[in-house]
Amino acid sequence: MTAADPDQAPGTARGGVHSPQRHDSALKHTTGEATYIDDMAEPSGLLHAALVLSPVAHGRLRSVDLSAVRASAGVVAAIAAADIPGRNDIAPSSSNEPLFADGLVEHVGQPIAAIAAVSMDAARAAAKKVGLDIEALPAILTIDAALEKGSLLYPPSVVARGDAAAALAQAPRRLSHSFRVGGQEHFYLEGQVALAIPGEDGDVTIHSSTQHPTEVQHIVGRVLGLDYNQITVMVRRMGGAFGGKESNASWVASVAALLARQTGRPVKMRLPRSHDMVATGKRHGFLYRYDVGFDDDGRVLALDVTLAANGGHSVDLTPGVLGRALTHVDNTYWVPHIRCTGLACKTNTVSNTAFRGFGGPQGVVVMEDAIGRIAHVLGKTAEAVRAVNFYGEGVNDETPYGQKVEDNLIRRCVAQVTQESSWAQRRVEIDAFNRASPVIKRGLGMFPLKFGISFNIPSMNQAGALVHVYSDGSIRLNHGGTEMGQGLFVKVAQVVAEVFQVDLERIRVTPTSTGEVPNTSPTAASTGSDLNGWAAFVAANTIRQRMAAFAAGHFDVPEDAIAFRDNHVHVARPGDNRVVAFGELARLCHQGRVSLSSTGFYRTPKIHWDPQAMKGRPFFYFSYGAAVAEVAIDTLTGESRVLRADLVQDCGRSLNPAVDLGQIEGAFAQGMGWLTCEELWWDKDGRLRTAGPSTYKIPGSRDMPPVFNVRMLENAPAREATIFRSKAIGEPPLMLATAVWTALKDAIASVADHAAPVTLDAPATPERILMAVQSLRQGRSAPLAAPAE
Amino acid sequence: MSDTIAFLLNGQPVTAAGISPAMTLLDWLRGSARLTGTKEGCAEGDCGACTVVFETSAAGGRPACAPANACLVMMGQVHGRAVRTVEGLRAADGAPHPVQRALADGDGTQCGYCTPGIIMSMYAFAVGGEPPEAALIHDALAGNLCRCTGYRPIVAAMLTLAQQSDDLAVPAPDRIPPASAVLRDSATRFDAPASMDALMALRRDFPDAWLLAGGTDLGLRVSHDRETPAHVVHVAGVPELQLVSVMRERLRIGAAVTYADLLPYLGGTLEPVGAMVRRLGARQIRTLGTVGGNLGTASPIGDTLPVLLALDAAIHLRSAARGPRTVGIDDYFLGYRRTALAADEVIEAIDIKVPQAGELFHVDKISKRRDQDISAVLGACRLRIEDGVVRTARLAFGGMAATPARALRAEAALIGQGWSEATVERAAAALADDFQPLDDWRGSAAYRLAVAGNLLRRLYLRATQPGAIVEVDQL
Repeated sequence: MTAADPDQAPGTARGGVHSPQRHDSALKHTTGEATYIDDMAEPSGLLHAALVLSPVAHGRLRSVDLSAVRASAGVVAAIAAADIPGRNDIAPSSSNEPLFADGLVEHVGQPIAAIAAVSMDAARAAAKKVGLDIEALPAILTIDAALEKGSLLYPPSVVARGDAAAALAQAPRRLSHSFRVGGQEHFYLEGQVALAIPGEDGDVTIHSSTQHPTEVQHIVGRVLGLDYNQITVMVRRMGGAFGGKESNASWVASVAALLARQTGRPVKMRLPRSHDMVATGKRHGFLYRYDVGFDDDGRVLALDVTLAANGGHSVDLTPGVLGRALTHVDNTYWVPHIRCTGLACKTNTVSNTAFRGFGGPQGVVVMEDAIGRIAHVLGKTAEAVRAVNFYGEGVNDETPYGQKVEDNLIRRCVAQVTQESSWAQRRVEIDAFNRASPVIKRGLGMFPLKFGISFNIPSMNQAGALVHVYSDGSIRLNHGGTEMGQGLFVKVAQVVAEVFQVDLERIRVTPTSTGEVPNTSPTAASTGSDLNGWAAFVAANTIRQRMAAFAAGHFDVPEDAIAFRDNHVHVARPGDNRVVAFGELARLCHQGRVSLSSTGFYRTPKIHWDPQAMKGRPFFYFSYGAAVAEVAIDTLTGESRVLRADLVQDCGRSLNPAVDLGQIEGAFAQGMGWLTCEELWWDKDGRLRTAGPSTYKIPGSRDMPPVFNVRMLENAPAREATIFRSKAIGEPPLMLATAVWTALKDAIASVADHAAPVTLDAPATPERILMAVQSLRQGRSAPLAAPAE
Repeated sequence: MSDTIAFLLNGQPVTAAGISPAMTLLDWLRGSARLTGTKEGCAEGDCGACTVVFETSAAGGRPACAPANACLVMMGQVHGRAVRTVEGLRAADGAPHPVQRALADGDGTQCGYCTPGIIMSMYAFAVGGEPPEAALIHDALAGNLCRCTGYRPIVAAMLTLAQQSDDLAVPAPDRIPPASAVLRDSATRFDAPASMDALMALRRDFPDAWLLAGGTDLGLRVSHDRETPAHVVHVAGVPELQLVSVMRERLRIGAAVTYADLLPYLGGTLEPVGAMVRRLGARQIRTLGTVGGNLGTASPIGDTLPVLLALDAAIHLRSAARGPRTVGIDDYFLGYRRTALAADEVIEAIDIKVPQAGELFHVDKISKRRDQDISAVLGACRLRIEDGVVRTARLAFGGMAATPARALRAEAALIGQGWSEATVERAAAALADDFQPLDDWRGSAAYRLAVAGNLLRRLYLRATQPGAIVEVDQL
């Protein structure tokens, strides 16, 4: 066969698709040889950059005096807004978001100026000598204050179907509630960093720790006034990203490029953790107000919900985040009449940005909260209420935004996790434990997930790849996706190995570069392997077909007599089965003047979206999952522990089960952190006081559930034509941690014998848990805990 | 005397000339030495990406390894020691160390940035020969943050290693004999005295110099705040400060004894202190940090300080001019980070009264995360109850006031009263008169007050319902 089949993998070579392959850099990680940007050999004349950040949340910036900075020892250049040759605008999707504050500062930590010096310490010491004249203005620091003042980044957006108001009015039962979830710091272990090296004719090469090299290229071009072809952006690997290096990497690289341009010398801009945490965006905190109508069976008839997101001081990626939240309120539930209103609150805090899940996590919690309260009102279990509301198969299967749920695996996931977690038996055991245990209470929680895969903006769903086969048969692979630890490079290499039926070791993946594959989309929205895997497939398959055609001619057989198998090419001739090594055929092709290099391009089919109407088919397909978590809480201190988690995650036909398992476990940990211990705390002056790991606590090894059962849904190839019928995995399992929040509420509710509903804002810190317990014990329903954002 | 920093790096003698003795080991490794495997993740001793190990030769040449955060260690502290980094684990032929292979094979890496630090913590754990128990593995990992994996494969790799009988230690180097030293560059003088007399003279002559023990607090001013101290006097090389003496009803702790070295003494009736110290920082911090340093910086939260209050500690101080004196812990804290320690004095040792059998003694640390977190509230309570009546009570708390402090009104509400729920309730209510805690990111005033009261209730439950489950860690 001349073309590879993207649905069926023969798997005759080592390391093809569906096999559990180790991360391509694993041994280099453990030996310390894997090189990150700050580890690269420093070019001669390298300068180090530091930032001047705003000390106030909101104010008129009357002047920036850099004279003492410039006179400081070791300083080579210092620049502010006026020194920008192009446009002072780093907006990824909107416009007029300044790189350096110009006339106005809008949050504590906003960059005002940058310094290049012979050492990082010299640059940082000089930064302290800046003269800032700022007239402080009143600051809006919370969602509540923004709502009160009508401070929005852009007009409200609405996803709606039917007539929610009328249906609510007619519903037999109705309840309303309000709650909040906090934001989240990415805490990638490698902070933001870029190294800019000036070249000839104003060109610049930038090594950037970015998920979006093309956007770095574009924004550097905009800020420096250069054409895109003058800028080459490269990234071999990131030390974690999680969405935090999607838009934020661009301005960091722009600072390095500006200073390189100014000085004519290479410049490295590396943010120390304390700057990284105040100057770069985070997950959006949300405030929810909802009104839900339902019948006596718990069937939800109508939902009217407002989602107010803390966008921070600028638009950044908020429209996408809020849009994804709005399209994930429904989660696994069919709600006939629904109105979801999204408010992008403008506050004087750092501009919030992409973070794994991209608004999805903040969307799916709404119905979970509502279901918990409906169950309480009706005296039913949440599981029973969930079951009557799941999307149907063939009926009740259209989302509020008009996309049909065609590949519904909801009940399958829920049934499997219910069974594997021994839900019914443990429910009884836990209730018995709680009756006998006055201080420590246990709780059990479930969460089903449906998550849409594709960028909400259809134009972003495209990818390119570049494959070279050399005349010795070794293969070089490049694509637009970036490696941040998620194992994308090995997965895409597995696709190429599968196409050629050669061992994985034959394929070298090279650093992502705007010079090799242009006009790329960010590695984000879980789409990395879906998009780049397909693009690499197309590129490799093009070469394979050329090789097959050449072989047919060379060996004088029909093309369908050529088979790629087991590192060889088999030529079936009557009475003569010739086998040549793959490398030998490559050599012959070269001799025969056949091009062994090809680009590949892919665009996701079927998707469309009307951003005004908020209708369409934004997602190529859905990913599904379900989780059960068990927790224990201390009703004297509010401390909690996750005792067990059982997860079932749909991966389609996994490209790499080892990598996917790591994604599921790691995402769950991160989601758990978001909902429990990770708290962003700003003081009344708008200063983030949890700006380092000493104060901002991500989960540690002991926080992981001691019993942690993770299963990939079996025999569930993707219904759509994804690459080898696999499914995206980066983000969905993060949301499975919602089961921990549900379980915590269950444990708290046991304090009042499940007779009162529980309000528990996230993150569920010991303080919030204790206050929720106390409010139940005192018969109040409102918690005392401070609001989270 | 020496003016060049000399130490062993990955088994090889190294002299680092022309550098500041206050430069961090991390900056030196990544800069001058170009050993970039060791990463900077936070520069505040909390993420563990910069973990290296200090090696000491134990009897028989078997090395003992102590993990430490290279970001918190000044080069002056490295003088005379043996340091191993991730680059120093490979075999002579370049083969990866079994620890490196185990983590890679177990899919224990994703982005890889935390990995070298995790490898060094794993290495120290494997060489230490600890049993393959989850609790110990978490102990060994508490100072390392991983944001990608969820830790499961890392813990699994450590379990596998711990089940092997192979000696995984890289052959130990001979240790450079410790020597007193004066290290300096144009900006910083770093004294490492090797005797009490030398230390006393330095303290007398240079009262403004930083008195450095482990550097887990002071080191932040260099690593995180990028200060350059003019003069540092490092006390860790003074043998007299390294002693632990077990006396009848007392334990004497030399001021420069690290938490790691103290831990073996914290069993028996001091087990509650041991349990708390195992949650104080992480192993990387406990390799460096000292009780004396905790007293010196006198943080309002400093986790050992309420314990010292509860155990009625005596602080032995000494100056060159006035000789020794002893200050009771109740008279030691004068205000926010102000203490009775005079400018020319050093802390020599701390005596604590060991709880006696039959006494009620508990230490509770409440924080957002169980490991490597600064307490919102730390309570240390010691009570003697005879014939159902509370005879003595010392209730001490951290995180409740500008200094670690006893709850005197709550104590008064207990002493002489029948040991009952009603008495405990009165004591809990009295805490509101004892303390007006702060609102901050670790907890609101209301939360802190509520928890402090509930810790007294927990104490009562423990005493009256032995075996009852009163902590989530018991599950």
